[in-house]
Amino acid sequence: MTRLNQTIEAIKSEALAALDQAGDPEAVKALSVKYLGRKGLVTLFLRNITALPPEERPAAGKAANIIKQELEASFQAAEKRLSTPGDQQESGIDVTLPGRPAPVGTLHPLTRINRRICDIFNRMGFNIAEGPEVENDYHNFEALNIPKNHPARDMQDTFYVSDNIVLRTHTSPIQVRIMEKHAPPIRVVAPGKVYRCDSDLTHTPMFHQVEGLLVDTNVSFGDLKGILTAFVQEVFDVKTSLRFRPSFFPFTEPSAEVDILCVMCRGKGCKVCSHTGWLEVMGCGMVHPAVFENVGYDTSKYNGFAFGMGVERIAMLHYGINDIRLFFEGDVRFLGQF
Amino acid sequence: MKISLNWLQHYVSIPIPPAELADRLTMAGLEVEAVTARYAYLDHVLVGKIIGIRPHPEAANLRICDVDTGDRTHCVVCGAPNADLNVKAPLALPGTVLPNGTTVKSSNIRGVVSEGMLCSKAELGIGRDHSGIYILDADQAEGVPLSEVLHLSDTIIDIGLTPNRPDCLSVIGIAREVAALLDQPLTPPAVHYPPTNGCITDMTSVTIRNPDLCPRYAAALVTGVAVAPSPFWIQDYLLAIGLKPINNIVDITNYVMMELGQPLHAFDCDCLDEHRIVVRTPAGENEKTFTTLDGKERRLSEETLLICDGKKPVAIAGVMGGENSEITSATTRVLIESACFHPISIRKTAKNLGLNTDASHRFERGVDPEGTLTALERAVQLMVEIAGGAPADGIIDEYPNPAPRLPINLDINQTNRHLGTRFAIDDVVHWLESISFSVTRIDADTIAVIPPSFRMDVSRPEDLMEEVARMWGYDRIETTLPKISADTGRLNRNFETKQQIKDRMTGFGFSEIITYSFIAKTACDRLDIPAGDISRRMLDVLNPLSEDQGVMRTSLIPGLLDMMKTNMSRNVKNLKIFELGKIFISNGQERQPEEIEMLAALWTGSRSASSWTVKPASCDFYDLKGVVEALFGSFKLENIRFSAMPDAACAYTRPGRTAQIHFDEKCIGRIGELTASVIENHDLKQSAFVFELNVDALIPLLPESIIFSPVPRFPAAERDITLIVDKYTPAGDILNDIFTRRETLVENVLLLDVYSGDPIPAGKKSVSLRITYRSPAETLSDQQVLTAHGRISEGLIHKFDALLPA
Repeated sequence: MTRLNQTIEAIKSEALAALDQAGDPEAVKALSVKYLGRKGLVTLFLRNITALPPEERPAAGKAANIIKQELEASFQAAEKRLSTPGDQQESGIDVTLPGRPAPVGTLHPLTRINRRICDIFNRMGFNIAEGPEVENDYHNFEALNIPKNHPARDMQDTFYVSDNIVLRTHTSPIQVRIMEKHAPPIRVVAPGKVYRCDSDLTHTPMFHQVEGLLVDTNVSFGDLKGILTAFVQEVFDVKTSLRFRPSFFPFTEPSAEVDILCVMCRGKGCKVCSHTGWLEVMGCGMVHPAVFENVGYDTSKYNGFAFGMGVERIAMLHYGINDIRLFFEGDVRFLGQF
Repeated sequence: MKISLNWLQHYVSIPIPPAELADRLTMAGLEVEAVTARYAYLDHVLVGKIIGIRPHPEAANLRICDVDTGDRTHCVVCGAPNADLNVKAPLALPGTVLPNGTTVKSSNIRGVVSEGMLCSKAELGIGRDHSGIYILDADQAEGVPLSEVLHLSDTIIDIGLTPNRPDCLSVIGIAREVAALLDQPLTPPAVHYPPTNGCITDMTSVTIRNPDLCPRYAAALVTGVAVAPSPFWIQDYLLAIGLKPINNIVDITNYVMMELGQPLHAFDCDCLDEHRIVVRTPAGENEKTFTTLDGKERRLSEETLLICDGKKPVAIAGVMGGENSEITSATTRVLIESACFHPISIRKTAKNLGLNTDASHRFERGVDPEGTLTALERAVQLMVEIAGGAPADGIIDEYPNPAPRLPINLDINQTNRHLGTRFAIDDVVHWLESISFSVTRIDADTIAVIPPSFRMDVSRPEDLMEEVARMWGYDRIETTLPKISADTGRLNRNFETKQQIKDRMTGFGFSEIITYSFIAKTACDRLDIPAGDISRRMLDVLNPLSEDQGVMRTSLIPGLLDMMKTNMSRNVKNLKIFELGKIFISNGQERQPEEIEMLAALWTGSRSASSWTVKPASCDFYDLKGVVEALFGSFKLENIRFSAMPDAACAYTRPGRTAQIHFDEKCIGRIGELTASVIENHDLKQSAFVFELNVDALIPLLPESIIFSPVPRFPAAERDITLIVDKYTPAGDILNDIFTRRETLVENVLLLDVYSGDPIPAGKKSVSLRITYRSPAETLSDQQVLTAHGRISEGLIHKFDALLPA
C-alpha cells in the first residue's frame, strides 16, 4: 500500500518536474503521452491496480485517479500557458497601424469666435437677431443719426449699389430694425457680415461684426461698462485690463471705445498696438436720443446702450493671426488648424 | 492732426511730460495716435571739424573734406563755397533722414565715396539759409550731436480727431482742452495793430447773395505789403505740422488757420475787378469751369458757392482760391477773407471736385462763426508785422443773421441716472465752466447751459452729460450691472439651425469656408449660366475695389470654385468644403435685393483620406448625395425627393448627372457633377461634385419638435423582391411607389442591388429590394406578410411593366 502510493506519488513528482522544464506545447504534449497516453505511466499504473488484492484496489484506484486528474489539469494549464502567445500572434493584429480615417471637418475660426461671442451674451439674457446685408440709406445711416452729407459718413468707406442702397457698413441697422418691430425692453445681439471699401493687412472689404443693444428703464453708462467688462473678461481672459475712452459715434451719446491692454506686449508697447500699449476692441455708448426718436421710443421713459465689435479683430487676437486676409483665402491648411 | 508742443505752449503751460499729456488727451476723447520727437534726426548729425580739404579730381565745383568727429575722420564730398579748413559744421551721418525727406547715404560721388553730408541750416530744417554749410561756433566739441549743441526739442503729437470735434482742429482748440484738463490758464494770442491808411469801406465791399450758404463774410485790406519768404519761425511751425511754406502772405493765412482754426484766404486785391467781393453761385453758361490756384481747371456745378469779384469767380468758397487772384511776388494790396460757409455746401463741392483741402476739411465739420473776426485781425496783425503792410481802417463784416445760442437745460438727477454716477451739481457746473460753457442755475437740480460758439456739436442734454463724464473720466465711473428682468436669452431658430447645419457638415468631413459676398460679373459666364436665368439678376456694386468684386453673388458656387482653385494650386487635391451664406437676387439697383441664405458644398478628389485600409477611389455623385441625405436625416426631415434635372436646366452641372432636390413640389436644391466646360473655365484639372440647398426654404420644413413613438414590440419580417425593368426607369420611382401605396405593414424598403448585363436582357436592369413588414399590434403571420408582399409585387410589376427573374 505504502509502496504503491509512493510509486504513484513519484510518478506525479517526476511528471510535474518534467512539466516545469517543458518550454513549448509540443513538449507538454509529449509528456502528456508519456504519462497519460494509452501506454503512459499513470495509465499503466491504473491498469496494474487489477493485480492488487481486492481490498487495496479502491484506495489505490482513488489515489491514482486523483493524481491523473491533477496531472491532466496541470498539462492542460501548461499547454494553454505555453501555446497562448503563439495563437494570439496568429489571430492578432498590428494595433499600431493607423485606424481607418473617420471624416473630420473644421468650423471656420470666425464662426467659432462668433459663436463664443453670441454664447456669452446669450447667457446674459440677450437674444440673437439678424438683418439684411444690402441696406437702404435710411437704416444704415439716417435712422442712426448720420445725415446725408455729414462728415461722419467719412468714418465708414461705403460700397454703394445706388444713391439710396448700400452694402451695410456696420451691423447697427439691425438695432433700428429691431426697435421698429419691438417695444422695449430689448436685449439683443446681432452678428453679421459688413462691408467697407478698404483692403490691407488689417482690413478686408468684407468683415464680420457683432452688434448689441439693451433698452430698458433706468439703464446707465455704468451698466454698459459692467456688461462689457464681463464680456471682455469672458471672451479673452478674466484678468484682461480694459479701459473706456471717450469717442464719437453719431448714434450714441456719450460714446466710448473699449481698449484692452495689448495681449502681445502686456502694455509695454509693440507693433501690434502701435506702441500705445492698448488695443481697440469695441465701440459703444448710450443710445442717442435721436435714434430713439426715429423709432418712436419715449426718451423720457427709456434709455439704453449699444455696442459693436469686429469679429476678425477678436479672432486675430485670440488665435494670434497676423493677416486678416487669411480668413477669406480658403486655404485648408489654415482652416484645418481650428 | 499734428500738433507741435512748442507751439501749443504759447497758449498754455504744460507741467507734465509729453507721454502723460498724450494719455490725458486720449482719455478725454482726443485720441493721440503717435508721439514723436521732432528733432530725433539731429541725434545722428554731429559737430565735425574740417581737418583737410582738397579739390575733387573729377568735378571742379566739388571738394573733398576730411571731417573729424573726435573718434574718427570721415571723407565727405562737399560743394559748399564756405567749406574751409578748420571750420566746424554739422555732419549728417549715413542713415539720417532730413526734414525734406532725403536719407543721407554713403555714396559714390564721381569716383569718391562720401561718408556723410555737411549740411546747411535749411537742409537741417533749422533755418532758411541754404547758401552754404552751417558754420558752428569754434568752441563746439567735435562729435557732439547737434540736438545737444542747439538745445532743440519739440514733440509732435498726432491726434486722430473724431468728426464731432472741429473745434480742436487748431492749436488754440487743443490748448483749450489742455488748459481744462490740467487746470492751467489759457493765454490766447493778443491781437492788436494800429489802423492807418484810409477807411476800408471806401476801398472795397462785400455782397452775400446766398446767405443760407454763407452766413458770415468778413474782409480786411492790407496795402503796401512786400511778398517774400516768411521768417523762419513761421516756416518752422508750418513745417513742424507738415505744411509747406510758400510766401509770407500765404504762410500767414495758413499759420492763422492752424493757430485759430479759421480758414483764411488772401486775394491780390488788384486782380479783383471793381475791387469788391460777391458771394454767389455760378451765373450762367460762361461759369462752368474755373481754374484753381493749383493750375487745374475745375468743373463747377450749379450749386457750387463761389467767391467772385465784380465780374468773375475768384475762388471756390471754402475749398480753394483761384489762379486769377492768387498772391504773387508783385502783389502789394491783399484782401483777406475770413468767412463762415455752410458745411453741407462745402462738403458737396469738395466731393464733386474730389478736392479735400485743409480749409474744406474744417468748413465741412463746422467753423466757429464767432471766431471770424479774431482770425481776420490776427492775420492783419501778422501781415503788418511781417510783410510791412499798412491796414485799411476797419473791417467789413457781413453777418446777416447771427444764430442765437440756445440754452440747454440739464437735470442733475437725470444726468446721474444716465451715467450711473453721484455727481454734485457744483461739480457739474465746475466741469462745464472749465471748458468754456456758460452755466446758469435754474433750481437746486437744474442748470441752463449755453455751449461756447465753437462747440457746435453740443445741442442736447446727453451731449452735456458726455462732457461731464469726459471731464470726470470714463474710467472713474463705477462699473455696475443693469437691473433687468431675469428672462433668459431665447434662441433664434434660424440662427440655431444654421449653426447645426454647420456642425453636421463638419461631422461629415467638410470644412467651412467664408468667401466674399461680391464676385466678378463674369462669374455667371464661367458657369455657363444661360441668359434670363435668375442667377443673372446680379446687383452691381458701384465702387468695387476690383472687377473681381464687381457684383453681389447670386450663387455660392463661384466662391467654392475659387477656393478649390486656391487649394489645388497649393497642391491640395482632395477637398471637402462648404459655405453657408447669403446670395443676392437683384430687384433693380434702386431696391434692396432678395437675400437668400444658401448652403453649398464641394467634394473633389478621393472618397476618403489616404489610408492603408482603403484603395484610393475618387468620390462620386452618391458619396455627396449620401451627405445630403444624412443631413436631412439628422434633422428628421422625411419626404425629400431627388429627381433628374432636365438637361436644359443643368448649366454648370452635367446633364444626366444632376438631381433636383424636392420637398413636396418645391425645389429646394440641386446636386450634381460639374461639367467639363466649367472645370475648364475655372482652370481646374479635376472633376468635382457640388450641392446647393436653399436654407431659408429648408428651415420651415424642419420638424420643430420630436414626438416619441413607441419602440416596436413585435418582430419584423423581411421579404426580398427582384424586378427586371426598363434600364431608364428611375429606382427612386419604384421606392416612392411602394411608399405611396400606403401599405400599413410596410416599415421600410431597402434597395439591395441594381444590375444590368448578362443574364439580364439588353435594355433592362434588375432592381432588388428588401421590404420590412411589421405590425405595432401583433406578430405577423406568414400569410399576412405574403398577402401584403404579393399585393406590392403585383402592383410594381404592373406599374413598371416589370418581369420577375427566371
